[in-house]
Amino acid sequence: MLQIEDLQVELEGNVILKHIDLEIKPGETHVLFGPNGSGKTSLLMTIMGYPQYKVIGGKMYFKGEEITNMPINERARLGIGMSYQRPPTINGLKTRQMVNICSGKEVDVEQLAERVDFLNFLGRDVNAGFSGGEIKRSELLQLMAQNADLMLFDEPESGVDLENITLVGNSIAELLEKQIHPENHKPVIKQKQARTKMGLIITHTGYILDYVTADKGQVLYDGVLSCTTNPREILECIGHMGYKECVRCVIGKN
Amino acid sequence: MRNREELTKKAQGAINKSAVLGPDIHLEDFDKSDVPHQYLSDKELLSIPKAEQERLIMSGLDLTEKERGGTFFQKDNKVVHCKTKQDGIEVIPIRQALEKYDWIEDYYWKLASVDTDKYTATAELNLQDGYVIRALPGTKSIYPIQACLYIDKDGLQQIVHNIIIAEEDSELHIITGCATSPHLKKGVHIGISEFFIKKNAKVSFTMIHNWAEDMLVRPRSVAQVEEGGLFLNNYICMKPVKSLQMYPTTHLVGDNSVARFYSIIVGAPDSEYDIGGRVFLKKPGTRAEIIARTITNGGNIIARGHLIGEVPGVKAHLECKGLILKGGKIHAIPELEGHAEGVEMSHEAAVGKIAQEEILYLMSRGLTEDEAVSTIIQGFLNLDIPDLPPQLKAEIDKAIEASDKDAM
Repeated sequence: MLQIEDLQVELEGNVILKHIDLEIKPGETHVLFGPNGSGKTSLLMTIMGYPQYKVIGGKMYFKGEEITNMPINERARLGIGMSYQRPPTINGLKTRQMVNICSGKEVDVEQLAERVDFLNFLGRDVNAGFSGGEIKRSELLQLMAQNADLMLFDEPESGVDLENITLVGNSIAELLEKQIHPENHKPVIKQKQARTKMGLIITHTGYILDYVTADKGQVLYDGVLSCTTNPREILECIGHMGYKECVRCVIGKN
Repeated sequence: MRNREELTKKAQGAINKSAVLGPDIHLEDFDKSDVPHQYLSDKELLSIPKAEQERLIMSGLDLTEKERGGTFFQKDNKVVHCKTKQDGIEVIPIRQALEKYDWIEDYYWKLASVDTDKYTATAELNLQDGYVIRALPGTKSIYPIQACLYIDKDGLQQIVHNIIIAEEDSELHIITGCATSPHLKKGVHIGISEFFIKKNAKVSFTMIHNWAEDMLVRPRSVAQVEEGGLFLNNYICMKPVKSLQMYPTTHLVGDNSVARFYSIIVGAPDSEYDIGGRVFLKKPGTRAEIIARTITNGGNIIARGHLIGEVPGVKAHLECKGLILKGGKIHAIPELEGHAEGVEMSHEAAVGKIAQEEILYLMSRGLTEDEAVSTIIQGFLNLDIPDLPPQLKAEIDKAIEASDKDAM
């Protein structure tokens, strides 16, 4: 379980996240909405542990351990993983090596790569000249190898063409154990109960909801987490009224 | 060779001439007397003391000679092992070649000038030995030939002259290591190398240097590539040295000939490196590439590169990237000279540090900060060198990996 209590975060002297409370239970996936600059990516980076995001108040716990000041690599070891929107290029480091780094041991890289149609890229330098969709598939491949328990997705559908969106969407659903397997002899209710993976997905468009059934939706507006409800409902509300309605919620909340 | 008088005269005139680049070396402070070493049989080669073996292996020398097509091994000023395992490939000590073969006259000091500076001059006046490696027409080397120039005696100056000849349509791969014994502190190495790459021939020359902290090193090399020929030159130096200065030059004299230079330099504290490559593109369709990766941990590195396009229709690129990790200095000096309309030449130079963003990205995949830094450095030094035989690629990877342990 991820627990965030009254979290306040500063970036380069500006407070960018204000009094955030958030709880993601095992098996749950949350979707994070919000206009540009509202602090969505900052929240993910803070959970992952990027040091430039300075926690000035509140606490974070994961699997019962306090992670507020834990180094980024220890959080990764504990089971937090992230799919980045614009990851850096690492020249000379092959994608194949990167997949092994993520898993922490030698894995069947080919088999994993096949699942996200990435076999042809294993010999390429990590992210070097990758298109939007290729970056997403590369990130998913790394997350698959890492086998994290809490996965943070920063706009997984941005820059992905129509052909690839199904692949990306289904792969995320698979990672988050959101797919129902009819061939599985266990009753669906048991399959659902057996889920342990947690997800937090940033989305602008909501397309990802066509593939991943999210349990909760959250709206982040100006650093404040303003509502928690059914993600479809939020999407519809934003679609009709825009984020300005969120302002009213924020005001109402305070 | 019948007559070396003229060379001697020219050399005498230049014996006190300082080099244009690099600190001046007082050669008279170093011993150049004969050091007695016995010739080593195949078996004796395998029973070299372990500490010494390690130094040799690090420079790419395979003492079992299993995946090597021939060996030249010179210790101080004596050739202690020399043989070829493949028909059509000759490996001969240069003194022997000078005594026995007239054809050597067509090559000896034909590209490098004996009066360039005091180092070339002394190489003529005080020649100790060196190798001639020659691939006969059409011969393709199956395994690389290995050449090792080893300095055992402290305070010695080793003076060698090497000639590499690839006849028409031949293919020659050479790995050459220069190393010093584990106990050696100071010494001088002067090495003249002349490369003759004839029509449609291909030469790859991979040099790994493992010097000692107080070594002074002055290689002087010149190559000539004829029509359709390829010269691939790889240089790796990841160990300390007091001062190393070299500026190898290649002349592309035949249509569509190609030269590619790759160097990887890791500069240790108190070490000075002045290293570059210069290529003259003299015929249409010639191409050249000079790529350098330098890292300094406190050393002083000057990375030069000079491309001279003399005719239209040539293409050349120069790339020099440097990382300053723990102090030191990197001075990149890329030069492009176009002498005709229609030359295509470019350069890219960058000196910087490891991006924090890359370190954090790798840490978020579970690596510690140190592991992340070392992974990025290995990637930085990982050059994808085309046309390189797998054994040589493996030697380069090994050198990079080994240096990761101590130098970084």
